[in-house]
Amino acid sequence: MKVEITVNGADTSADVEPRLLLAHYLRDVVGLKATNIGCDTTSCGACTVLLDGESVKSCTLLAAQVDGQSVTTMEGLSSEGDDLHPVPAAFRTEHGLQCGFCTPGMVMAAVGLLAENPKPTEREIREGLEGNLCRCTGYHNIVRAVIAASGQDPDTVQGAAIHQGHAEVAPAGGVQAAPGFSVSSAAHASAATSTEGNAA
Amino acid sequence: MIPVGFAYERPDTLEGALALLAEHGEDAKVLAGGHSLLPVMKLRLAAPELVIDIGRLSELRYLRVEGDELAIGAGSRHHDLETLDVVAAEAPLLAAVARTVGDPQVRHRGTLGGSLAHADPASDLPAAILATGGTIVLRGPRGERRVPITEFFTGLFSTAAEPDELVVEVRVPRTGSSGWAYEKFTRRANDWAIVGVAVVDGRVGLVNMGSTPLRASATEAALADGASTAAAAALADQGTDPPADLAGTPAYRRHLVRVLTRRALTSATR
Repeated sequence: MKVEITVNGADTSADVEPRLLLAHYLRDVVGLKATNIGCDTTSCGACTVLLDGESVKSCTLLAAQVDGQSVTTMEGLSSEGDDLHPVPAAFRTEHGLQCGFCTPGMVMAAVGLLAENPKPTEREIREGLEGNLCRCTGYHNIVRAVIAASGQDPDTVQGAAIHQGHAEVAPAGGVQAAPGFSVSSAAHASAATSTEGNAA
Repeated sequence: MIPVGFAYERPDTLEGALALLAEHGEDAKVLAGGHSLLPVMKLRLAAPELVIDIGRLSELRYLRVEGDELAIGAGSRHHDLETLDVVAAEAPLLAAVARTVGDPQVRHRGTLGGSLAHADPASDLPAAILATGGTIVLRGPRGERRVPITEFFTGLFSTAAEPDELVVEVRVPRTGSSGWAYEKFTRRANDWAIVGVAVVDGRVGLVNMGSTPLRASATEAALADGASTAAAAALADQGTDPPADLAGTPAYRRHLVRVLTRRALTSATR
């Protein structure tokens, strides 16, 4: 069957099998290789692209389903040269990647998130990116990059999110806050106590 | 992973979709958001000859307040439920439950009608609709009929819809701000519920406690008789048949459902 899909603003068209996945259309038919296929099971988000502006996983869409619609991949975000889109620019500045495999999907999910919520809190970013896995576990700088891309200061927003109570209760009622990037007042107190103990 | 080859149709109207379904029946599968169907087709657990794509039928994507009910077009997406003010105002349980489904990308595609028609007992929204006491509107060649949600789920991945019928609308009572809660227990972010409990207006729907979504009838009866939250919640596993899998044994799920029901009832009455 014939499909016509606008990809990064350009008209594309091909005669495809109905079972062709959008991810394969983008990579193998159009030849845009930024969109990675990771898990192939709608879990990891590496294949995330924008469909009419909304983030979707292109491994779980048929090219036939998006016939006549508009798709944006990471190649379509920035024009040539040094003129990087604010989100990939922030990933560079904040070092929001390690191996880089998850990065195109992570960036496209972040662009979709910021379109719906231009000034997200740290918690909203972590929840907004829950469909994207980074096997390097480099989430800390990814979250900082998205905060920076939204025009906010990562140092201020990350600390503030904890004290505003956004992350104080985990879904299972377990930990108080994601560990490693903030210290609660209770932890301050116990640290002070142990210091006194050592001194004595 | 590539599905087995199939023919694909995307009719422009609901009538066109119904005509195709009447012609092809069990040889066809209906594709809405595709986030249940495409994964099983990629695993080759399903291999329909024809896929009928209704995902872009705007006539199935609406929300209307009608009398005491909120009428939700079956093509409404989870993202619609979690973001549109009318859902938050009239059926806030559904907005909260929709927000726990999958991840943002999944919620941009998955539909309420698709989730109900797929009838996975581990899905969030079927048990939530069961807790609302709503109604499913089916349409087929013999016209339209309404099925109470309590009669809709007939077995594992099975519903009262005939092969030539489509889920076209879901009707739920307008509960406003009356007590509701959803407790979903998972070990990993955006995973399926190991157990989930949806409470609204004294009715309790259970996720993943049997081959279909279930109501905690004993708990509901105890609440109606004036039992305490703790006493009523202790009955939540009665009449259930929870599965055994890597996430837990049936006994573990029975324990979990009592705990989660107590939490949900407490939260709903706060």
